[in-house]
Amino acid sequence: MTGGKEIAQALKKEVDRDYTFMHICGTHEASIARSGLRSVLPEQLKIVMGPGCPVCITPQGEIDAALELAEKDCIIATYGDLVRVPGTKGALESVGKDVKIVQGVHKAVEIAKKTDREVVFISVGFETTAPTVAATLLTQPPENFSILCCHRFVPPAMEFLLSQGEAKLDGFMLPGHVCVVAGYKEYEHFPVPQVVAGFEPDDILLGLLMLVRQVKEGRAEVENAYPRAVCRDGNPKAMAMMHRVFEPCDVEWRGFPVIPGSGLRLRKEFEQYDAQKKFAIEIRHVEKHGACICDRVLRGIADPTDCKLFGTACTPRKPVGPCMVSHEGACKIWALYNQKK
Amino acid sequence: MCIAVPAEVLEIKEGNIGVVDYGDLRQEVRLDLVDVEVGEFVLVHVGFAIQKLSREEALETRKIFAVVYAAMEE
Ligand code: SF4
Ligand code: SF4
Repeated sequence: MTGGKEIAQALKKEVDRDYTFMHICGTHEASIARSGLRSVLPEQLKIVMGPGCPVCITPQGEIDAALELAEKDCIIATYGDLVRVPGTKGALESVGKDVKIVQGVHKAVEIAKKTDREVVFISVGFETTAPTVAATLLTQPPENFSILCCHRFVPPAMEFLLSQGEAKLDGFMLPGHVCVVAGYKEYEHFPVPQVVAGFEPDDILLGLLMLVRQVKEGRAEVENAYPRAVCRDGNPKAMAMMHRVFEPCDVEWRGFPVIPGSGLRLRKEFEQYDAQKKFAIEIRHVEKHGACICDRVLRGIADPTDCKLFGTACTPRKPVGPCMVSHEGACKIWALYNQKK
Repeated sequence: MCIAVPAEVLEIKEGNIGVVDYGDLRQEVRLDLVDVEVGEFVLVHVGFAIQKLSREEALETRKIFAVVYAAMEE
């Protein structure tokens, strides 16, 4: 691997004006924060985090729906980060109901096989995760199993951010793990510089250098700086399973309005596994906690430290907003690493 | 939850289940999403192999991820 120092120097030489790039991946943020990478970047080069964490972008209405299912005496199974996200009436982990943390959807099915009670898997995640749920539903889980479908697609959110222009972005660093599965074909029509980057600090520096060069040379294409795991087509088998089970729908993201085609819902033939239909649950729009600015953090127009609650009322031990809960949440990562601008 | 870690496939069992080795830990994972053989490397996410990796890529990536994730779990 080329030395990070050389890449950093090349970057310093290239950066001749203000540049802002957005990455859309919690693992990128963790690597940037841990390595203190922002401090070695040229002053004029900014990298901000976008809606890259599936836990953080799950709107409160969906957390509330999960709580409602817990109250209906369903066994709730989901990922560790999600149970701590505060809903209107508390977090899943603290409401005193039957909530189980599982590694993945297949473990939730195992629970369902051993009980007569209803088991609902709270199914969040991007293109990386949705195929695992599709594959599981194709194995015909038992009747007492269903999912609360909270899946999201990344490209429509990018499209929204681009059409808004509020974050004034010069380009995107594309999420490595999402592209491992989905490939990057779907990003090629965006008229903006994009680089698929790996997760080591050197990978990220290289990605930034490639982005700056694209801007300077007036190019707007997708370059792959992470070929050791990502190819243009991703994993077609996984994508085919996902499309067989799910179809696109319009949904809200935390911090965003309804984004057309950015969600997934179960196709008709799999409707028996849809917890929302099975238990007649309505997902409502909920206004956010007054002072929490997660919505603006997620859109890349504010840093966690811009929030009045950051580090005072809102800490990793007592999170107010979702970005302080998830391991991939910007606020949590900044709190852990004392990130300064 | 967006974590994905490289692992080597040691054994393939009935029902699309594989035993994989992460280097310091062995675990059963689902193989529904990939076509692999014993001895090949995969990237594992939420208990599923989501893509195949070449051996060299996997070993290099594993080192990198170990450091990042250890730091994230602290
Ligand atoms: S510090 Fe807490 S309250 Fe403020 S934006 Fe982050 S999560 Fe929300
Ligand atoms: S700001 Fe919050 S939602 Fe956005 S990526 Fe970070 S943790 Fe996830």
